[in-house]
Amino acid sequence: MIPIRLDHVGKRYGANNTVVNDIDVTIASGEFFTLLGPSGCGKSTTLRMIAGFVAPTTGRILFGDRDVTSTPPNKRGTGMVFQNYALFPHLNVAQNVAYGLVTRKVRTPERDQRVARALESVGLGRYADRRIEQLSGGQQQRVALARALVISPDVLLLDEPLSNLDAKLREETRTEIRRAQREAQITSVYVTHDQAEAMAMSDRIAVLDAGRLHQIGTPREIYNRPATAFVARFIGRSNVLDAKMVGGSGETAVVRLPGGATIEAARPADMATTDEVAVSVRPENLRLTEPGGGMLDAVVHAVEFTGANSQFEVESGGLKLSITAPDSAALPRPGDTVGVRAEPGHAWLVAR
Amino acid sequence: MSTVTTPPPAVAAPRTRRLPARDSDRFVYVLALPVVAILVFLVLIPMLATARSSAGGAGFADNYRSLLSGASGHALLLSVGISLASVLFCGALGTFLAVLLTRFEFPGRRLLSVFAVLPMALPPLIGAVAFVLLYSETGIVPRTLHSLTGLSPASSSIGGVSGVILVHAFTMYPYFYLSVSAALAGQDASLEEAATNLGAGRLRVWRTVLLPMLTPALVSGALLTFMMSMASFTAPQLYNVQTLTMEIVSARTSGNEALAATQATALSLVSIVFLVAMRWYQGRRVHRSLSKGSAAVRRGLSSGAARVAAGIGSLLLTLVLMAPVLVIVLVSFSVDGAWTTQVLPPEYTAANYQRIFTDPKSLMPVSVSVQTSLMATLAAILVGAAAAWVVARWKLAGRWTLDVVIMLPWALPGTVIGVNLVTAFNEPTAANLGLTLVGTLWILPVAYFVRFVPLVFRSTGASLEQLDPTLEEAARSLGAGPVRVLRTVTFPLVLRGVMAGALLAFVDGVGEYVASVVIYPPGTVPMSVEIYNRIYASEFGTAAAFGSLQIVLILFVLFASRRLEDGPRRRPRRRRTPAVKAS
Repeated sequence: MIPIRLDHVGKRYGANNTVVNDIDVTIASGEFFTLLGPSGCGKSTTLRMIAGFVAPTTGRILFGDRDVTSTPPNKRGTGMVFQNYALFPHLNVAQNVAYGLVTRKVRTPERDQRVARALESVGLGRYADRRIEQLSGGQQQRVALARALVISPDVLLLDEPLSNLDAKLREETRTEIRRAQREAQITSVYVTHDQAEAMAMSDRIAVLDAGRLHQIGTPREIYNRPATAFVARFIGRSNVLDAKMVGGSGETAVVRLPGGATIEAARPADMATTDEVAVSVRPENLRLTEPGGGMLDAVVHAVEFTGANSQFEVESGGLKLSITAPDSAALPRPGDTVGVRAEPGHAWLVAR
Repeated sequence: MSTVTTPPPAVAAPRTRRLPARDSDRFVYVLALPVVAILVFLVLIPMLATARSSAGGAGFADNYRSLLSGASGHALLLSVGISLASVLFCGALGTFLAVLLTRFEFPGRRLLSVFAVLPMALPPLIGAVAFVLLYSETGIVPRTLHSLTGLSPASSSIGGVSGVILVHAFTMYPYFYLSVSAALAGQDASLEEAATNLGAGRLRVWRTVLLPMLTPALVSGALLTFMMSMASFTAPQLYNVQTLTMEIVSARTSGNEALAATQATALSLVSIVFLVAMRWYQGRRVHRSLSKGSAAVRRGLSSGAARVAAGIGSLLLTLVLMAPVLVIVLVSFSVDGAWTTQVLPPEYTAANYQRIFTDPKSLMPVSVSVQTSLMATLAAILVGAAAAWVVARWKLAGRWTLDVVIMLPWALPGTVIGVNLVTAFNEPTAANLGLTLVGTLWILPVAYFVRFVPLVFRSTGASLEQLDPTLEEAARSLGAGPVRVLRTVTFPLVLRGVMAGALLAFVDGVGEYVASVVIYPPGTVPMSVEIYNRIYASEFGTAAAFGSLQIVLILFVLFASRRLEDGPRRRPRRRRTPAVKAS
């Protein structure tokens, strides 16, 4: 159990193709830390720098007190689960799991025991002799996890390990991964583009976009208090509206939306004092009222029934809003005029 | 919490650093050294030796001026003309067969598709001999026509330049057939369906969708066929057509080494241009189906008459394709000297085969060819596989050069390789490190190695390309050093590719004729040269028996390498305990 420190780590290809821009973070011992972002955001490159497959252009990587920046990947003591699992097709299940123990010169009675235990713990005890191609995707995924965990690594790295599984298996497997990680108490770095997966599994999440770190925080912090417009839009659904600061003080600000409506929004302590800001309101924190009963009136453009809720797209003088309302018989229909009100305390200022 | 605006690093000094080269990187470059040294010594230096010797005799300028006039100018034009015609005929035949067999379902399709690649089982010399036995003035077909209709054999025979083109068309069309079939098979049926859905008729679909997507296959087939036709030597020799390759050999035989060197250098340049053109063309972005849809369904023939016609047609075509092999096998049982003016050999015996395996004089060519080819193959495995790995992992500039240098012998005509080696290793010089190979047995394995190392290189390279790089990364992250990764992951996974290439190299070495005839030392005659000598002495039976042995060997190897490439699912090992070799 060791912490990982990324000390101002950056990666640049050529003169001006920066894929990772100065990431500075400490991942605590035993923490399950997720790098989240859309494809091309630099999350995989960051993980591969931690694994040692990509050399950072700037900065240092430390495992505990050990600077591993120029340590080759085979000397770093990481266990890694690859997106395509990277199981050796010429070795059977048990041989795959044993591979890391052989390189560590673990001798046979102990090696066989550890392999058997690792396979048992992922529920594949009976599959030791199978060839890789005889396994289903989910089983291959668990072999990959067993292979990474059997060497008792200091650090567990997971590169979108669930993206090749179907939805149901994905949810089962993420519980399994988290359970295994908690039991072994391994500091883990998890890469995904799926925000629901990140929210469900992580102790903390780092949100990246275009090689830049936008925010680090617990899933709750990131959802409720997004630091930037990008985070607000990427995590869940959100109405991110350009606004002008017109009043308020301390932790509360009053901003005016285009069209004239004003709204009270919470203001992060470290936000610079500017007039041009954006305000983020989640669709479920907006309420429909009688016309004239809210901060603004809007025309309903579309209604989508999604089961327990209905999604409304409304427009007011060029300002488009998404609103989630619990389903009921008396809901407005397209063309109706409605009033819109924001739940107090749920609007949040973000950098534009 | 939020780090939207990152503060400047606490330390002012830039943290940029270049990591020391990883040990795995260094290993690539260490391995590259001997590979490059061998290639330079056996490929580049001999080529330069020939180029240098082309300045001898009448002098550099006069030698090259003679290429534009007189006999060699005529030979160059003839070679180009024959090659263009070969491309045309091969393209028509190969594309026709590919479209027919991949897009239509008809009686006899499976039979025809099995025999469509049969010409690949013919060693170059045997293929040409078979066509002479079948279609020349003294061949079986004109004689049959004569005995049936009284038509004079001279008017129904195919010889001279047309004979060469005929041999090329029927032995080289697989270059088109294979590339076009692959392109057609890889096409997504939904593209056609989309075009049809948008209102295009069948002809328009072909013209606007299918043909444009086949262009890469057609271009690479054409470049390859042109190159192989320019290099062709056996068919011109048997039909006595003075192409450039023939001119080179006759110039050498008549002692005009400078002229031979000039012609060889010119031919090398043409080959290099074509090799580079092919590499460039293949490296370009080409039309490729982006989706992974299903392949098009074969269209059946509806009318009964069409089905009968198709069945008879494919049977006839199969017979034509099989005829060369059949005639070689048939003649191999004929009694030497008994076949004179009859349609078919009149007497049959198994003595030709018996003699090969009992008479030391007849067995000698077999054992020379097998042994020298085996030596060459072992060397080709070491160098070719290592080179493929180096090229695949080379991260610095210059990877392209290495790739072209190792593929160069594949593009060079066998005649030119023979001339190059003879020129470079004729007498001890500084450039060949005092090594004299001419007149020794060693020149044969060296020539076979040079000619066929590209086969191992290419098939290993193809396997390496298919190898998922994350497998090697997974092994690294599990604690394996670069050498262990190579030994326990990379090598076992590309072994099939190495073996497939090595088998082809071996069998091509056993059947090699074109370079052998230029370089073979007195007293040790390789199999193909012996075949030619026997034919020259009208001992067709023994010659064909040697040829049949080569065909059997090739068929066996084609079968084995297809199994290697397709990879029959290995049986699961019955072992209870995990067993990765510890070491």
